[in-house]
Amino acid sequence: MNAIRILALVISFALVAGCGGKDDVSEPVRTLQRALPADPETLDVQVARSTQAADVQRDIGEGLFTYSTDNEVVPAAAERFEMSEDGLTYTFYLREALRWSNGDPVTAEHFVAGMRRLVDPATAAFNAGMLIDLENAEGIISGDIPVSMLGVEAVDERTLVLRLVRPTAYLTGILTHPSTFPVHTPSLTEHGDDHAKPGRLVSNGAYRLDAWIPGSLIALKRNEHYWNNEATAIDAVNWHVIVQASAELNRYRAGELDITSTVPSDSFAQVRDEFGDQLHVGPFLAVYYLGFNLTKPPFEDNRALRRALSMAIDREGLTDKVTARGETPAYSWVPPGISGYEPVEMGFAALGKEERDQLARRLYKEAGYSEDNPLEIEVRYNTSDTNRRIIVAVQSMWREVLGFEATLVNEEFQVLMDNMRAAEITQVFRSSWVGDYTDPHTFLYVLQSDNAQNMPRYRNADFDDFMARAGAQTDPKQRKLLLEEAERIMLADYPVIPLYFFVTRHLVHPDVEGWGDNPLDYHYSQHLSFKAAE
Amino acid sequence: MLRYTLLRILGAIPTLLLVIALAFLMVHAAPGGPFDAERRLPPEVEANIAAKYHLDEPLPKQFARYLGGLLQGDLGPSYRYRDRTVSELIGSAFPNSLRIGALAILFALLVGISSGTYAALRQGTLTDRFVMGLSMTGISIPVFVIAPVLVLLFAVKLQWLPAGWTSTESVSRYVLPVITLALPQIAYIARLTRASMIDVLGRDFVRTARAQGLGTLRVVRVHALKPALLPVLSYMGPAIAGIITGSVVVEEIFGISGVGQQFVRGALNRDYTLVLGVVVFYATLIVAFNLIVDILYAVIDPRVRYR
Amino acid sequence: MKTVKVTGSILLAIAVAAIAGPWLSPNDYVTTNFNAILSNPSIDGARWFGTDDLGRDLFVRTMLGIRVTLAVAIVASIVSLVIGVTYGAIAGYVGGRVDAVMMRFVDTLYALPFIFFVILLMVVFERNFLLIFVAIGAINWLDMARIVRGQTLSLREREFVEAARLTGVSTARIVFRHIAPNLIGIVVVYITLTIPQAILFESFLSFLGLGVQEPQTSLGTLVDAGVGHMERASWTLLIPASLLAVILLCFNFMGDGLRDYFDARHGQ
Repeated sequence: MNAIRILALVISFALVAGCGGKDDVSEPVRTLQRALPADPETLDVQVARSTQAADVQRDIGEGLFTYSTDNEVVPAAAERFEMSEDGLTYTFYLREALRWSNGDPVTAEHFVAGMRRLVDPATAAFNAGMLIDLENAEGIISGDIPVSMLGVEAVDERTLVLRLVRPTAYLTGILTHPSTFPVHTPSLTEHGDDHAKPGRLVSNGAYRLDAWIPGSLIALKRNEHYWNNEATAIDAVNWHVIVQASAELNRYRAGELDITSTVPSDSFAQVRDEFGDQLHVGPFLAVYYLGFNLTKPPFEDNRALRRALSMAIDREGLTDKVTARGETPAYSWVPPGISGYEPVEMGFAALGKEERDQLARRLYKEAGYSEDNPLEIEVRYNTSDTNRRIIVAVQSMWREVLGFEATLVNEEFQVLMDNMRAAEITQVFRSSWVGDYTDPHTFLYVLQSDNAQNMPRYRNADFDDFMARAGAQTDPKQRKLLLEEAERIMLADYPVIPLYFFVTRHLVHPDVEGWGDNPLDYHYSQHLSFKAAE
Repeated sequence: MLRYTLLRILGAIPTLLLVIALAFLMVHAAPGGPFDAERRLPPEVEANIAAKYHLDEPLPKQFARYLGGLLQGDLGPSYRYRDRTVSELIGSAFPNSLRIGALAILFALLVGISSGTYAALRQGTLTDRFVMGLSMTGISIPVFVIAPVLVLLFAVKLQWLPAGWTSTESVSRYVLPVITLALPQIAYIARLTRASMIDVLGRDFVRTARAQGLGTLRVVRVHALKPALLPVLSYMGPAIAGIITGSVVVEEIFGISGVGQQFVRGALNRDYTLVLGVVVFYATLIVAFNLIVDILYAVIDPRVRYR
Repeated sequence: MKTVKVTGSILLAIAVAAIAGPWLSPNDYVTTNFNAILSNPSIDGARWFGTDDLGRDLFVRTMLGIRVTLAVAIVASIVSLVIGVTYGAIAGYVGGRVDAVMMRFVDTLYALPFIFFVILLMVVFERNFLLIFVAIGAINWLDMARIVRGQTLSLREREFVEAARLTGVSTARIVFRHIAPNLIGIVVVYITLTIPQAILFESFLSFLGLGVQEPQTSLGTLVDAGVGHMERASWTLLIPASLLAVILLCFNFMGDGLRDYFDARHGQ
């Protein structure tokens, strides 16, 4: 036999084996084409943890509360609720016509089952901590108390009671999160952890899962049984999984997408010129920061040095020239845009660049450093192009203003996480924090002494005290004042260097109506519609 | 023949075991677990998750568990994609990798063999030098340099071809990835073919055929091609390995959701089972391909059979 | 020999430029200028290669990149040379069962999907120069070991070695005095071929973002950065990419030329 022929045979076999075509379904009505930056790991509401899973889950599921188009927390599956005097007991009344996507009624029992499943150690859910304010939640998560003891109870088919261990002003915000969505108990009983697989998933949102081609497409169809079905304008939604931002842009250009999940940072300026109004940039509830390791020299007990380093960074230079995508320079820890809260700015925010630099140099000297005795530190950051540019820029600002050369160490994200947690070899590290609900608490609690996310290991009894007092306060005005005071105390200690607040970036097709930029970056498909054809 | 085949298959097992053990040790030595995220989980939740995936067991036990599953063809569940098994994930990505890889090999064989033969027939001329110089360029310039330059030229400047992987089935989306992947292989195959063709053309039986007045093309086709292609055949093993390596870069640059991209992301996410699965899958593929090539070789060239 | 001379002089010129170039430029490789991000190559301010995405001078950075790339490649090649020659010489000289086992091991290593291991290695551990050398050396010694082994095997049977053995010269002395000098030719040829492999490898790792730390740079890192800006500033890609290509080409041509030269001499 001819060698070539054999090879050709092998190869053609391989080709035939590889060519399983996937069918593209064409529809008469216009389908909304959206993009996801990665394939969701699962659509099981209690188990999922990624933002892309949550994006889809907000379309196919619904909790007791949801966000309105104006970005307010509004009742969804719950019609109304009552709070007890002490703020520890909430009673929720469900809507009458709640139905699952298969027509079954949604009952209070389903919410109880979902919440219990979330904290059940056997579920091993990432978001178990969401319900930490509920009675016995902590003990259940650690396996000391049976799941049935969770402070949630179905009084009747349509009445649900939640009992808390402390007043929680942002509870309704938490109840918008997909991990608190109900679970269809008959499916759960029948299929266990596999109940959320495509073909089995029964959901209660405006849409239902129609098909899921792994790594490529999640197709949703209108859920006819949804209580507010008349309000849903678009019949079908396709979530395309597109990992690379540049690929997403290309597909938007080709008219294959109506909404992108982001805009590639490299081509931001170009996209702005090319698409004009179609580019939507809005503040995002997230802060990009550098943290100090406060447990080790040189930053332990050296406020002057920390202050000098923070002050020497030209934040406007970073956001205008380096990132240049509409970010806001950060002089506080809590981002602006949370209604009723005035973020507190760091003291030097009011000074001009020259004054700041002079003050920074003085503080640097005070801290015991000089040209002959420069500071020697390592700055750790996780590998990414944006991080690289920002950290190199910061390094050069420090060099120019204070005259020391920081050593840059880029690490894999997981390696950096490990190092941050151990707080042994870290000195300065880059990180970011994304808020879960529009309340300052979602940022401030991070720096409480006992919080696991407190990477700088910041400890201040006064700060903790104000946080505790805010937590016990049921009057919203008083509470905000206490939180502001807490932020003021914390910022004066300079445990972190906030650099900028993130922005959301989307390209939205001119035909799409109802789009609103919001700091949580939630965009429910059920709020969107297509402009009527001319 | 059967004995030879069996021996070769048996010989492949320790190689595979070594691969699996090495990969297993490395992913587990990695700092950071598969379930770490930007925010830290309460320790109780961390413990619950570790228990669920047996990450709290001693390593040897985990390894034994993994091998046990492997024997039943089970690559385990993905740690990251909790609804999917590793087999499902690889299964969904492999068709893309396979199509591009197979097309690249096919393209490389076609162009490589014909240009190599052509150069051999014109040995010493300017054409020969040109072809060989070009192939040296192909070997020298890395895929990650060729790929962006091609994109810059054909997609950005000339706009003839798409820059990335389009969602719709179209021939144009294959062009750049396949060419990029094939170029270094074309270069190697052309050089191999040229060298062995020159050797074969100098042998007596070919000279005789030529002396009998057979046309050059006919001589090549009937007499010279088969023996001249034996080195190319034995190069197929490394070629596949090269294509697989190249696919990691090509899939990243063109945004193709293939196995190489899955591997890189799996490594970054510490999706242990996915990373292991890809290594095992590709190692098996490479070993199997080498095996097939060896056996084919034995079929074609009886001298090696009982070596 | 002509090829060797031509390519050798090109490489020499590049190396000299990489070492001396930064002195000719008034710029340095760390100073950022946010008002001159991705500016065109120009004579003004001696921005001969333009600037990068932080306004740093690309000429100086490219020269630095060449230095780093060449240094990594040469050191890594020496690492692989030492391992490969030792391994191959032992296998070839001892021969028999030891040889069979040692070569079987090499065959096994050939079958490993190395690139995957190296990516894992770089992802898993903190990256530093040492690790890059080890990673590259670990891959590159295989070819060298095979070739040295073959050469040693044939040298072992030669009369002068036989004679030395009969007169009671120690094994170590035979290896170092009689065998090693005869290996030099082939080793020189192969080192000119392993250097481009090492360069390729280093730049591949850098391209994946697993290379040297900022503000250091290498050609691979520069190419990687250039890919991100090719639409706006194509020179940031084209300059380092073509330099990398030229260096690799020269090494490969030189290796080829040297091999032909030694083959021809051997044949006489």
